Parts: sequence; structure tokens; C-alpha cells
Amino acid sequence: MIFALAGNQNCGKTTLFNQLTGSNQHIGNFPGVTIQAKEGVVRGHDHLSVVDLPGVYSLSPYTAEEIVTREFLITQKPEAIINIVDGTNLQRNLYLTLQLLELEIPMVLAVNMMDQLEKSGNHVKLEALSKLLGIPVVGISAAKGQGIQKLMIAAQTVAEKKQLPKPVIEKNVLQQDMVKLEQILGAAAARQNLPIAFAATRVLEGDSIINRQLGLSAAEEKQVAEIIAKIEEDSRMDHIAALADMRYGQIAIVYDSVIQDFHRSREQIRTDKIDDIVTHRFWAIPLFFLIMLGIFWLSFGVIGTPLSDGLAELIDRFSYWVDGCLGQFGISPWLHSLIIDGIFAGVGSVLSFLPTIICLFFFLSILEDSGYMARVALIMDKALRHIGLSGKSFVPMIIGFGCSVPAIMATRTLASPRDRQMTIMLVPFMSCSAKLPIYAVFAAAFFPEKPWLLMMIIYLLGIGVAILAGLLLNRTAFRGDSTPFLMELPPYRFPTLKTIGLNIWDRAKDFITKAFTIIFLASILIWFLQRFNFQLQMVDSGENSMLSSLGKIIAPVFAPLGFGNWQATAALITGFSAKETVISTLSVLLSNGDVAGLPLALTNFFTPLAAFSFLCFCLLYMPCVAAFATGKRELKSWRKAVEVGLFQTATAYIVAMIVYQVGSLLGF
Amino acid sequence: MMTLDELKIHECGMITQVLGTGALRQRLLDMGLTPHTQVLLKRIAPFGDPITIVLRGYELTIRKEDGKNIIIAPIEAPRDSKGAGK
Repeated sequence: MIFALAGNQNCGKTTLFNQLTGSNQHIGNFPGVTIQAKEGVVRGHDHLSVVDLPGVYSLSPYTAEEIVTREFLITQKPEAIINIVDGTNLQRNLYLTLQLLELEIPMVLAVNMMDQLEKSGNHVKLEALSKLLGIPVVGISAAKGQGIQKLMIAAQTVAEKKQLPKPVIEKNVLQQDMVKLEQILGAAAARQNLPIAFAATRVLEGDSIINRQLGLSAAEEKQVAEIIAKIEEDSRMDHIAALADMRYGQIAIVYDSVIQDFHRSREQIRTDKIDDIVTHRFWAIPLFFLIMLGIFWLSFGVIGTPLSDGLAELIDRFSYWVDGCLGQFGISPWLHSLIIDGIFAGVGSVLSFLPTIICLFFFLSILEDSGYMARVALIMDKALRHIGLSGKSFVPMIIGFGCSVPAIMATRTLASPRDRQMTIMLVPFMSCSAKLPIYAVFAAAFFPEKPWLLMMIIYLLGIGVAILAGLLLNRTAFRGDSTPFLMELPPYRFPTLKTIGLNIWDRAKDFITKAFTIIFLASILIWFLQRFNFQLQMVDSGENSMLSSLGKIIAPVFAPLGFGNWQATAALITGFSAKETVISTLSVLLSNGDVAGLPLALTNFFTPLAAFSFLCFCLLYMPCVAAFATGKRELKSWRKAVEVGLFQTATAYIVAMIVYQVGSLLGF
Repeated sequence: MMTLDELKIHECGMITQVLGTGALRQRLLDMGLTPHTQVLLKRIAPFGDPITIVLRGYELTIRKEDGKNIIIAPIEAPRDSKGAGK
């Protein structure tokens, strides 16, 4: 049996899902539905699985999530819907409930946050609620795991008995009009196998998808128009407002009979106090930067770095050990080199970032689950509106300073594909931590007195280019409206360890999979290009390798940027596997692999202006293969991913060229 | 008669009409901004926009620009000025 878990955002849906399934989760594939929903087997009930549908506020077809949710419910016909609502915010949560009741699917209502309600002295009359809505109602506390057994029993019972919802909320004039509308649409709805009440409200809302599906006759259309006119007359509103008003009217009746004298919960009172500081006119921004700085310092410095270094050390030792073993077995030198210099070096150097990434995501999921991210989006909305994005895009950009991979994954929270794609394009301009070694080595070579000044210029340049590119995109390829920024501010809540743990586990799994697939292949490819010539003979020095030949072909392209030599070109090509490789390649090609001697070699090789132009290119050109692959996954299209990469590389080229040409004119 | 974005902090209004079309309007209505609903302006973001309003017992953030679509009649603030009722 399949149960669908539906509810608003921020009502504890994911927490309940995690409670039900533990770690038995996977991304489910459902034929005929473009859905990326998580599915999991309920612990202790092998025959039951639950699908975690996206959090939505209604079934109107305006966001991708809403379409997915209703498409799933209508076409997959789950055995039951478990509708979870936030008991401390019943009025708005019940709006979706009323829409779900129209679907003619067995349903149970889980009223979450019962512990909060009780603590603040509120009593919800669950039996009365159950009677009015015509479905079983169970009070639960998802975070504490209370009431969940009872909920599952109720869901199984309605599913087995195929017990459809029978709401008995008092009907007013408008609802009588609705009944007439249902009678008119009955035949058409039955033909399309759509629930009648659902079809009626959809037609009233002017839902083009359902209208097309129903294919009404001219006579039916006319009758519908008459009913709509009557509804507008009866309600003295247009029909779309009338429908929303009718639903909220019904909710008011239900609400008044199940809750008397609502006391604000402690959570809500605490939220007010926190928000007084966190969204304060003066303190909000400094506080935000302080929190971000703290997270970066912890993830990339105090906690992440020693762990990453430790892991790198372990991988090194393992690699050394394998190296020794291979030597003993007398394996052919090319295979030996492939395994050690190609795979171990490539995959190992990327894998060693795992602790940093886990650490970063630990903090970010705390921010997310506690409700702080919603405040960040609120604070930064105005600034981002100038480039046609909303405050919600700010969070991925910040993460981008750490690593583009998690940053691109974080764009999933954005509602519209437009915002998502634009954010994915701009995120890599936020200089990621992997580029730091490049700047460090060049600063030591060309700017030894004030390396930090060079760093700051580079970082600010990245931000500046992102803003300009955003302005440009907003006026060209991405014209059109950003989705309306209408966001619920949930009360602050303590994140549960389970949710954070599962979140981190997900990201780690993603990352490890990538390291052993894409990065594995890329490492082999680069090794191959570096070690062989076109006659497929192994070469000792880089000079005769395919990589150098390729570099020599491409190098003239970079002449206007001031570094049209094959070594710099080869370094940029290898930088595609991971940005740190730019430095390792340069050290192999210019100073025999001696990184300490590299700055001196660089000063003989680059003019200071060419070096700066090179850094600008490194900052902006297409991100590493891991980020590219993540972008491809989030954009769900190779074409779009390649377009994004070309856009970034073109931007890098133009900026570096301007830097070099203008710099030359000015006599630098 | 005024629009939602003209409210000052801790002022209350009763929605009389929701203007606009299409997705945004449907979304406003779905989120509970229907005629006869009381709203309270709770906060203004640091850069002066967006605003946070309280309605139906929850907090919603909305841009001033979108708030211009919501016509309200000013009313006296309820006693519990932070909570706002139905």
C-alpha cells in the first residue's frame, strides 16, 4: 500500500516522514509523473510505503510543486492521504485540507505540534474536527514521535475500508451554487475519471489544465458561465475570490468549533523575541555576516580543515601502501601510474573535502531547519531584486564562497525554474575555497608585501561580475517576472537530530557517488592526456604529451589575455577537474613539481599584468567538473548545463581581456 | 481606503478587495488574504522592504509592490497587537 504525505511547508512533514521511515528512503520514480519525491518503507510495516510530497499551500497549478502534488494524487491514486497540519496554525493549514478532501481518496488528518499546543494551554477538540471534516483525526508530535502508531493504524483502516471523506460543514448559498456546478460537470468529470468536487473547484478557478482535460461541450460551457455569474452575484466578489472566501469561511466555522480562545504558543512568543533582534533595522545585517563568518570559520578552519587534512593523510597512506603493493606485484608501469597518479591523486584530492562539506552542511541544515534561512531571504530580498532575483537566492550564493557543489544543490529551494537557473549561473562567480591556493601562490609571486589586498580585489571582482551578469541576464535571456516573493515566516524551532543527520547523510552519499563516478573518469582522462602522446606512447615529461599538444592548439586564443602559452592553457584545462589542479599542473610544467619554487618560476613566466589577467580568468571560468555535474543534475538538461558553462567561460574571457588590454594601454 | 503597503508598524487593516491577476492573485488568496480578513503590519525589513504581516494567526512576508494589490480599510488594532486574530 502507498500512502501520500501531504501538507503545507513548515508543518513538520519531513520530520514525520523521517520518523516513519528512518533511513529507508530513496527518491521514488513514478511513471507518468515528473516527480522527484522521496519514498520510504514504514518501519515495522514492510507492506506500507509513504511518499513525501512537496510542501504546498494549495492545489492551484502555479508552482512546479503544486502541479507535481496534485498530478501524483490524481494519477497515482495512493491508497490513502496522510494530511499533516500544524496545530498552532490551523486556519491556513486547513485550506489545503479542504482541497484534499475533494479528491475522493481515503484520508486521515494528523494534527502536529500537539505538545506545543498543550504546553501553551490550548485544547483542540479532535473529535469535533474529525466529525466536521468526515475523516479520522489524530493528534501527533512528529518531533517527539508521539501519536505516530495511532496515525498509521488510522491510515491503514481507512485505506483497507476504502473509506472516503464525508465532510459535514454547514453549507451556505455559495456551496449550493457549487453543488449545481458539480451536477453540470458530473458527466465530463466521470469521463476523465476526475473527482467531481475537484473538477468543479478547478473549473471555477479557471484552471486551464483541468479545463482542457474535461473538454466541455458548448452547452456545458454556457451552463458553467451562468453558474459563475450567479456565484459572483451571490458573493458580490469575482468568482476566484469568492471560492477562496468560501473555503476560508468554512474553515472559520470549523476552527471556531474546535478551538476556543487560542493562546499564542511559547514558540510564537519566543519567535517574536528572536525576530526583534534577528530582523532588527541595524543589527540584522551585521548579525547575519557574523553568523556566516562563524560557520565558514568553523567549517573551513577549526573543524573542517583538520578533519579534511586527516582524511587526506589517510588516503595518502593508503595510496602509499597500494603503491608499494603494486610495486611488489610487478604490475606494468602505465597501470601503476594510472592507479596512483591518476585515480588516487584525482579522486583522493576531491574525497578529502568530504569532512568540510559535511561540516558546512551540518551548520546550514541547522540554519534551514530552525527557520533562520527564511529571515535571511527576507533581509536580503530588496538587494537581490535589482538583479531580478528574490531573497531566496541569497543563501546559495553565500554557500558558493565555500563550494559551488552544495551551493548549486541549495538552489532546489527556489520555486521557479527561472530563478533556479539564473542562480546556478551566478553562484560560481562567488570565489570558492578551491581557488584560494591559486591566488595564494600568485600573490606570493607578484604581490608579496600585501597578499590580502590581492585576495580582496579578486573576491570583490567576483561579486561585482555576478552583479553585472545578473543585471545583464535580467534584461536579456531571463527577462520576465521573478516568482512573487510571498513567504511564510515559520516560528523558530529546534531542529531534530534525526532530520539533520539524514540531511547530511544524503549530501555525503551524493558527494561520494560523484567522487567515484564523474571525478573518477575525469581523473583518468586527465592522467591519460598528461602521460601519453598522440602515438599513445607514454611520455616522461609533460612537454610531449597530448595535453601540451592540445594546449598549443588552444593557446593562441588566450594571447589577447596575455597568457597565450601552452603551459598556462594546459593548467586551465586541468583546472576543470578541480581548481586546485591549476597549481599542481603549473608546478609540474614550470618548476618540476616543486610548489615552493613555483612563485619564482611564475615571475619569469608571467608579466604582473598577465598574471592578474590569468587570476581573473581562473576566478570566473566554468567551475570544476563536480560543480558542472551538479548543475547538470539540478537543471536536468545537458544543453542548459553546457550553456551555463559557456556563459561563465565567455564572461571570464571578456573580463580577463578587458583587464589585460586596458592594463596594457595604461602602461602596467 | 488604502493599500496594504501603506500601513505603518502595528497598524491594522481589514481587506476589502484583492486586485491583480493570475498566479500572484491566486497565491495571495490561497495564503488567506481574502476580503474581510484582518491584517496587522508587524515588521518592516531592514532595507524598508519587504514587510511582514500577521493574518489568520501566522506571519507572512510580502513585497510592498505586491501589497499595492491589496485594498484595505484601516481598523483599530486588536488588544493583543502582536497576535492578530482571525
